[in-house]
Amino acid sequence: MIRVTRKLEFSAAHFYHNPNLSAEENRRIFGKCNNPHGHGHNYVLEVTVAGEPDPATGMVLDLKELKDILQREVADRMDHRHLNYEVPELAGKIPTCENIAAVIWRLLEPRITKGKLDRVRVYESADLFADCTVEPNGAGGRA
Amino acid sequence: MSKPLKLSLTRRYRFAASHRLYSPDFSEAENKRLYGKCGNPYGHGHNYVVEVTITGTVDDETGMIANLGELDPFVERAVIEPFDQRYLNEEIAEFKGSVPTTENICREIFRRLETFPAARLERVRIEETSNNSFEYTGDLETVQGSAG
Repeated sequence: MIRVTRKLEFSAAHFYHNPNLSAEENRRIFGKCNNPHGHGHNYVLEVTVAGEPDPATGMVLDLKELKDILQREVADRMDHRHLNYEVPELAGKIPTCENIAAVIWRLLEPRITKGKLDRVRVYESADLFADCTVEPNGAGGRA
Repeated sequence: MSKPLKLSLTRRYRFAASHRLYSPDFSEAENKRLYGKCGNPYGHGHNYVVEVTITGTVDDETGMIANLGELDPFVERAVIEPFDQRYLNEEIAEFKGSVPTTENICREIFRRLETFPAARLERVRIEETSNNSFEYTGDLETVQGSAG
């Protein structure tokens, strides 16, 4: 099996706030990420597709197709947007990189027809990223 | 919800430390053959990068596996504070009896972080230099090295 990874950068604004909690609780849990004016990141998305290369083309999938899927499903939705207000898939969720990765997984998974989506990695900064994969045995973490 | 998804969060930390690869169980000649210039008696140092990966349920209330407000100080106290700007052979008790290779540093850091209460520690990956990295997932068989 071969894993193919394509990268996409997008820039977006967000802040962390749970309306079910008091202002004080929000400040305690989310710290400066709770600033209601929001702040932004240059997100880096890495999408990995796994599969066997087609013997005729030598490719697991056409990277140009994957690039177009990432543009439509992710960049068009999230690039230069405010994740709290402008991305319906994130409505009601705190836009952490864990939740962004899970949302992107669900957007991409049905669109990948050659190979299988193997991993979605979302970097919020060079020192922080979330990975979304399929639970191998149904136990452990979930979103 | 369709298939159960697995989420993990990885945070990168840094410390700078010196070490020397030398084992008193081997002769001088064997040490020289095994460890080469890493056995220089005065030691040498690296800017280590430690990648800590945790996994667990994403809390609906916070959207997080664990709050970095808890993870950062935990790693700081357990690893960065004791390791940063130190001579690992002498100043970390665990390396009095073992050679501070990055394999062993991986295991030691994993051991120190395993008790993080808010999530399950999945992996510790250390870049000793930008060309050498090592990772440990808690199973004694799985320290994996990569050199590029």
